Amino acid sequence: MSPRPGFVLEVDGSSPPTLFWHGERLSLEQLPPGSRVIYPPEPIDPLQDPVTAIRAALTHPVGDRDPLPALLVPGMKLTIAFDDISLPLPPMERPDIRQLVIEEVLDLAAGAGVDDVALVAALALHRRMTEPELRHALGDRIYDAFAPFGLLSQHDAEDPTNLVHLGCTSRGEDVEINRRAAESDLLVYVNINLVTMDGGHKSVATGLASYKSLRHHHNPATMQASRSFMDQHRSELHSSNWRMGRLIAESGITVFQIETTLNNDTFPGAFRFLQKREWEWRGKDRLGYLAASKALDGTPPRLARRIFHSVRAPHRLTSVQAGEVESVHELTTAQVWRQQGVVVEGQTDILTMGLPYISPYNVNSILNPILVACLGLGYLFNLYRNKPLVREGGVVIMTHPTPWAFDPVHHPSYIDFFEEVLSETTDPTLVAERFEESYATDPWYIHLYRTGHAYHGVHPFYMWYWCAHALSHLGGVIVVGGDPKAVRRLGFRPASALEDALEMAKDVVGPTPTLTHLHAPPLLMADVQ
Amino acid sequence: MKALVFERNLTRFAASRAASLLGSGRGAAVGPLRLLDVSAPVPPGEDWHRLRPLLSGICGSDLATVDGRSSRYFADLVSFPFVPGHEVVGILDDGGVDHRGEALAPGSRVVIEPVLGCLPRNIEPPCPRCEAGHTGGCGNVAIGSLGPGLQTGYCADTGGGWSSAGLVAHASQIHRVPESFSDEEAVIVEPAACGVHAALAAGVGTGDLVVVVGAGTLGLTTVAALHHLVRPTTSCTILVGAKYDHQRRHAQALGADIVVPSDQLARSVRRRTGSLVVGGRLTEGAGVVFDCVGSSRSIADALAVTGPRGTVVLVGMPAEVSLDLAPLWHRELRLMGSYAYGVEPSAPAPAPRRSFDLALDLVHPAGLGSLVSAAYPLERFEDALTHAGSAGRRGATKVVFDLANRKGSSR
Repeated sequence: MSPRPGFVLEVDGSSPPTLFWHGERLSLEQLPPGSRVIYPPEPIDPLQDPVTAIRAALTHPVGDRDPLPALLVPGMKLTIAFDDISLPLPPMERPDIRQLVIEEVLDLAAGAGVDDVALVAALALHRRMTEPELRHALGDRIYDAFAPFGLLSQHDAEDPTNLVHLGCTSRGEDVEINRRAAESDLLVYVNINLVTMDGGHKSVATGLASYKSLRHHHNPATMQASRSFMDQHRSELHSSNWRMGRLIAESGITVFQIETTLNNDTFPGAFRFLQKREWEWRGKDRLGYLAASKALDGTPPRLARRIFHSVRAPHRLTSVQAGEVESVHELTTAQVWRQQGVVVEGQTDILTMGLPYISPYNVNSILNPILVACLGLGYLFNLYRNKPLVREGGVVIMTHPTPWAFDPVHHPSYIDFFEEVLSETTDPTLVAERFEESYATDPWYIHLYRTGHAYHGVHPFYMWYWCAHALSHLGGVIVVGGDPKAVRRLGFRPASALEDALEMAKDVVGPTPTLTHLHAPPLLMADVQ
Repeated sequence: MKALVFERNLTRFAASRAASLLGSGRGAAVGPLRLLDVSAPVPPGEDWHRLRPLLSGICGSDLATVDGRSSRYFADLVSFPFVPGHEVVGILDDGGVDHRGEALAPGSRVVIEPVLGCLPRNIEPPCPRCEAGHTGGCGNVAIGSLGPGLQTGYCADTGGGWSSAGLVAHASQIHRVPESFSDEEAVIVEPAACGVHAALAAGVGTGDLVVVVGAGTLGLTTVAALHHLVRPTTSCTILVGAKYDHQRRHAQALGADIVVPSDQLARSVRRRTGSLVVGGRLTEGAGVVFDCVGSSRSIADALAVTGPRGTVVLVGMPAEVSLDLAPLWHRELRLMGSYAYGVEPSAPAPAPRRSFDLALDLVHPAGLGSLVSAAYPLERFEDALTHAGSAGRRGATKVVFDLANRKGSSR
């Protein structure tokens, strides 16, 4: 039976309760009759032979780009950049798709007699990956062949000797990227395109860039002009990256873009019920839910976090395309839509979303309050094309414990941002004007970013900017079950139960609101008509 | 006439020390402090005047005394029995003369500068510190014509503010209170003078980051003094670590640039100074740090956030503390005490001026009267002292005794 497309359920008296994520907890909530629940499409069929598909993509590129073997010649300098730990979510079962792609590229390079090969993790301003994380992404064979010889590096956006300023775009945007990548004869970039935002010119122009470059599109104005940043053609974030990408191309840098898409198969074994529709739960699924939810309720948060972060997604490859950046990305975007697109008729007054334990920026770490806001208002709110799922002036209700807790190793500047910045203002524009530069240039954050496993000092600002569109669009944000103090610090309203939150939302949107629940993850993209 | 009298009684002293383990101020119920019928003290000389207290504050040093936690250092600098209370606003029913030698009419409202230095003790010639006006540095506080007592409120011969029988004050101690002052504003002049003295003695440099650890009365008056008297010439940045919400609101209102919870102080100093962190310690830090608490913890916190060659000023009264002084040695920090008041050569022009005069000018514009949170009659001294001992937790700052028998008030 072929996988079913996404579905919008209208809740009636016979509908079972709806599954809500609550961080590392789960709950079933009875939504009011008339509410809508948007379910993602079922996982589409994967490619049966990923390695063959990868080889085919490399030898039959799209757009104005020669096949990879033709681009590989002895004596050349080859750099292979790859997406970092933020993709995919959750981390996928071994072998990671990056490993499969890079092994093929390396085989071709070896066959062509290319000796000068280096691998670069395209961190942008993300934290450096740990050795186990790199081994997971690349496989032990690649890691052991490159890392001990200094040929596997992680992009350092704060190393001036390792950056090259290529010029400015027509809008005056600085383009400054990794020197090794810029000075290579060929730059191969290996993507995992989990959502439509990923990939395209954003890969190099963001992943290998410096703060000087990134600040041109990671700012409140750009984010508010990106509606949404999952829709390239209405996204100023993408427009800026495309201008930069074209300048990179004009600078003579040859990018061989490889983009991969994965299916929606997100949760393994005991957690399969998480990606099923509740009315189709069988006894095993109900038992799975009961066992998981009861066990998690009695598990200390730290242990529950460890359990969930050990989950490896059984994602499978659904497409791989390679060649010239823009041509590749157009095909990739269509593939992501094929897996995640759901047509939704009209907007809603209230959008509910259960926030899971993970976002791109807390793999193996804590989803701190800023990341809670970003996951809900930055990512899930923006999973739309045409119009936001919730109307202007509407309310988003998120469920998450939102603990006042931070990982001091991964998110040191987040702690200060939460204490110092959000206690002053939650307005993204004021936040940027008053605080961004001092955080971006703070030598301690720079030191931790460069030598430890810390996100760059400016990163919490970017997370807050991701929320800018939602913050200006919404009439209110309510967090159910969150630490009230932390929730208020974010500028949101706390509620102890979903029923209370719905009553509070009525104060904003009126007494007879429409309600839509975003049943994710697995991820979906709403095409709002 | 009633007064709270502190007697030498070792058994009660031990009991108060034990009771204070339950909370600051608890020593009042079982300790050497008792409410007794007393007579008005007799002026010990011609330059002394009778003062009828209206309000008298409870300060940290009073609480330490009541709880038996004061340093033994002070054992020979007091005379028993004494009536505590050195923060006093009162009435000169018979008139008098102030520190300038100006006659004050009967009914004049005054505050006292409580240090009992060479002049009140009739010591001629006065010591060099008193000669220069730095009465807080007087070394003769246990000799001369009075019994030992570093201040009014610790001397058997002068009485103290916690008394409806009144006290006696030497003319050199007397400062007239402007008509525009409320009694609450007047009673805060003495702690304000301590804040003024600390702020001006510290040597704050241009552009310095100045940190105030603790936002009780002393911390807040120090903030006000820094804002009004030091910032105009130094453009310093004032960062306050305060434990309680109301303290943070007060600190902000009094002129602090940044106010953070106490446990965020080091983090905030690091941010402000762009410091790195090595082994959990900042590599940079503030230029001047005022410790307005006086505990081992607060002094350690102060040392931890002071930059190399910076200054730590102990404003809150410490007792025996346990400290790792390695950072003080290694970073060449200056650790200085700030006791009471005197003459301030670094005051804004026209300097020098007396700390008390500067405080009298400061209290009204800074709105320091708002720090008085609760007033109790003497009869409820146990409640008053318990309240003062838990002031921060209970949303209060300065707790006072109301000797004028006005209706008890609190805010």
